[in-house]
Amino acid sequence: MQQTEVFSQRINKALANHQARLSLRDTMDRLKLKRLQQFPDKQHLDELRHQAKSIRQKALNHLPDLLEQLEKKLTENGIKVHWAEAPEQANSIIHEILNKAGAKSVVKGKSMVSEEIDMNAYLEQRGIEVIESDLGEFIIQLAHEPPSHIIMPAIHKNARDVAKLFHQHFPELAYTEDVNELTLSARKILRDRFANADAGISGVNFAVAETGTLCLVENEGNGRLSTTTPDIHIAITGIEKVIEKLEDLPPLLNILPKTATGQPVTTYVNMISSPRKAHEKDGPRQVHLVLLDNTRSDIHSSEDFIDTLRCIRCGSCINHCPVYVQVGGHAYGSTYPGPIGTVLEPQRIGLQQMGNLTSACTLCGACAEVCPVQIPLPSLINQLRAESISTQFSDSRISGKGSLRKRSEALAWKLWSVTYAQPWLYGIFRWTATRLRFLAPSRLGGWTKYRTSPKPAAKTLHELARQQGFDNE
Amino acid sequence: MSSARDNILKRLRSKPRDTGEVQDRLVPDHGWNQQEKIEHLSHQMQAVRTEVQRLGESQWIDWLNSELPKRKLNRVLTGHTNEGQAFKDRAETSLDVQYYAQNIESFKTGLFNKIDVGITTTRGGIADTGSLILWPDEHEPRLLSLVPPVHIALLKANEIYESLAQAIEIQEWEQGMPSNALLVSGPSKTADIQQTLAYGIHGPKELIVLILE
Amino acid sequence: MSKPQDIYFFGTCLIDLLYPKAGLAGMQLIQREGVNVIYPQNQACCGQPAFNSGYREQARDVARALFNCFPKDIPLVVPSGSCAGMIKLHWPELFKNKPEETAVKRLADQTYELTQFLTDVLDIKLEDLGQPVKVAIHTSCAARREMQAAEPIEKLVDQLNHVEKLEPHNKEECCGFGGTFAVKQADISGAMVEDKTRYLKDTGAELVLSQDCGCLMNIGGAFEKQGNSPATKHIAEFLWERTHAAD
Repeated sequence: MQQTEVFSQRINKALANHQARLSLRDTMDRLKLKRLQQFPDKQHLDELRHQAKSIRQKALNHLPDLLEQLEKKLTENGIKVHWAEAPEQANSIIHEILNKAGAKSVVKGKSMVSEEIDMNAYLEQRGIEVIESDLGEFIIQLAHEPPSHIIMPAIHKNARDVAKLFHQHFPELAYTEDVNELTLSARKILRDRFANADAGISGVNFAVAETGTLCLVENEGNGRLSTTTPDIHIAITGIEKVIEKLEDLPPLLNILPKTATGQPVTTYVNMISSPRKAHEKDGPRQVHLVLLDNTRSDIHSSEDFIDTLRCIRCGSCINHCPVYVQVGGHAYGSTYPGPIGTVLEPQRIGLQQMGNLTSACTLCGACAEVCPVQIPLPSLINQLRAESISTQFSDSRISGKGSLRKRSEALAWKLWSVTYAQPWLYGIFRWTATRLRFLAPSRLGGWTKYRTSPKPAAKTLHELARQQGFDNE
Repeated sequence: MSSARDNILKRLRSKPRDTGEVQDRLVPDHGWNQQEKIEHLSHQMQAVRTEVQRLGESQWIDWLNSELPKRKLNRVLTGHTNEGQAFKDRAETSLDVQYYAQNIESFKTGLFNKIDVGITTTRGGIADTGSLILWPDEHEPRLLSLVPPVHIALLKANEIYESLAQAIEIQEWEQGMPSNALLVSGPSKTADIQQTLAYGIHGPKELIVLILE
Repeated sequence: MSKPQDIYFFGTCLIDLLYPKAGLAGMQLIQREGVNVIYPQNQACCGQPAFNSGYREQARDVARALFNCFPKDIPLVVPSGSCAGMIKLHWPELFKNKPEETAVKRLADQTYELTQFLTDVLDIKLEDLGQPVKVAIHTSCAARREMQAAEPIEKLVDQLNHVEKLEPHNKEECCGFGGTFAVKQADISGAMVEDKTRYLKDTGAELVLSQDCGCLMNIGGAFEKQGNSPATKHIAEFLWERTHAAD
């Protein structure tokens, strides 16, 4: 299947890059440690996770009501709310807002949803300049690459890579690999974009229904600048990001930065509830929120998969994934990589195109162990495997059910199950394997590339148990 | 023809769900007194390179008059508040103190290029995360604490809360949120290049908190 | 839970064919504590390989056949974190809304991984009769996260006075076995076992122990191919050898 080959190529390319693997390994080791240092008491950590889970789950349980309440409050506050079922619609809405205002330049705060709908390309094709202002996003924009991590988009680039990129695009600046100098350069370059952009576009971390408030967290200040200086602010979010009350914010704001980057708090927490009011001197005079569905309502309808929507996009699962650390984010070929990507993308895009991601997982459970909202990621991945090879597994609305079923594989499992479910058949198999063990192949494809091949024992445990006189029942 | 809104809400309502309750809200309760809150706040702030000065309530203007010229932060922007006015009235002669009193549209160049330091009041602080609470308004606009390369914040010692949860509850935020409410917990920073921490990326490079007791 | 009179022992299909001595050692360790060990001869497999490949119906057929080997209301002990986890956590899922649901739940609730059973239920006391040796422990992901059995293996090894225990870097990280993953994503698996074997070798250990033969097959096989590497052994076999006086 083509999907398998393409995925395979990307994986092998990633594995061949030893330097990148070493670098990623070092980064992830440090991130894991930093997170642990924020949570010295395991029992307390589990209580915090349980609390975050219940807040998110409760919000999902009455999501339509909360969305209506959010819309009502935002509208009362002067923020205009738009609904989009699919990427094309969302992009069109955003484009129309900009067009109407004659906006030609946009400065962007970080938004994974905007990556999901490929917004930058859409706007650029229509003559609107889009500049990423988050340093990581700015770097990959210069490199014409997608993000490789949902929190640290340029995690795959080292200082030398960045130095080369800056020097290539801004030759007037002296070449330097010093991180502080590179940071200062980025500040200078982007300063005037903040000052002069016609519009700012951002994501949303949490949308509070109770007060009609958009909550954004960040360390750099680019989020605040993008959402305050230009005259228009457009925020885009998935519909699942609503929370019910202001009092739900502190527990989530507590656990999010600690688990994501090992910080007790982000530098800025930015809570926006209205455009510039009369007599206020700054702030956008137009604020819009675009609510994007893009299969989220379908995921919501499935009892088996609704847990996916609790995600608060911390990236912790990615940081702890033993597969991600080997292949990096680009190998996945999806907007969202790692464990959350493996669960979300097949549901968002379809099993036919993305179902293969589920094969790049050992179900080790490291992700679920750290997820601040206790999403049972390995269980969901395993369920997606079942959806891939059967149309009968559940009543979910995932597209491409059964599309990865191969007749040969299904037959092999059928034969296997017939053998292993019949004691006498399994007995024959045992006899054959042990008595003819000298025939066991020493080359077993992928296995023996890295290991010697296992050889059946001379006698099975069945035989040894019988010989030693252990009871049969 | 049904709208996107109708379609989305309809799909979300296709399978009614039990709401469930959020059990056992864990609100941190450290039982800190004012001194302890000041210490925790300072400790958290200093860990991320915020400069913390503890001053008597009447000393902050003298401190500014002494420090700002030394640090070559002569072009000062404040809000048109009591504090802003008090400082402007007594500012040292080498300091050029302006109010941020006109719309951003007519002040952009000045704000972005001709200001060395912005001074704001605060609506309190949060001890367990080392954060300032800012509710910008018509007198202290949003960009005042963001654009100038140095931000100086006046924090009253008796307005420090233990936690964000406590601040929200005591200040009754649910009664009405301002157009913009902020928590500021240090100077701007990033670790996007090779996971190496660097300060002063887009927001202020320096944050100085004057705790007034 | 107090010491039971009888237990069922499920050896696992991997041990049955490839590492039977490990299974036997597990049974002998329990028997030596005065517990009667029942090994139903009809046992085969818990169904995990099919379950993890999405073929739940086939998994259920195989699981059902195994389930039928354990009719009595007594504990089940399994010398593998991953097979124990399959029974304890995933059989209830597999048999949800099926006629066996209640009975399966009852069995799942008293299913133990071997080291967990030895420490938590039998409170086994071990006397080390062996020569000094340096070991490193690799706890499988399933033992650690599904069975919560990371501690028992450590405690058992700690009881052996002539054994020096060394801690590898990134101890909690998956070794890259993952069942069919090692074949379906052979190169990622190879990269993972490359790191794992390097971390284990770097400790200077002569021997690597584990509760799971899947991991041992992976790590041990890689060690053998690399050469100049530690040996590997299942914890049951190791404990039996160290504490059992030669006849």
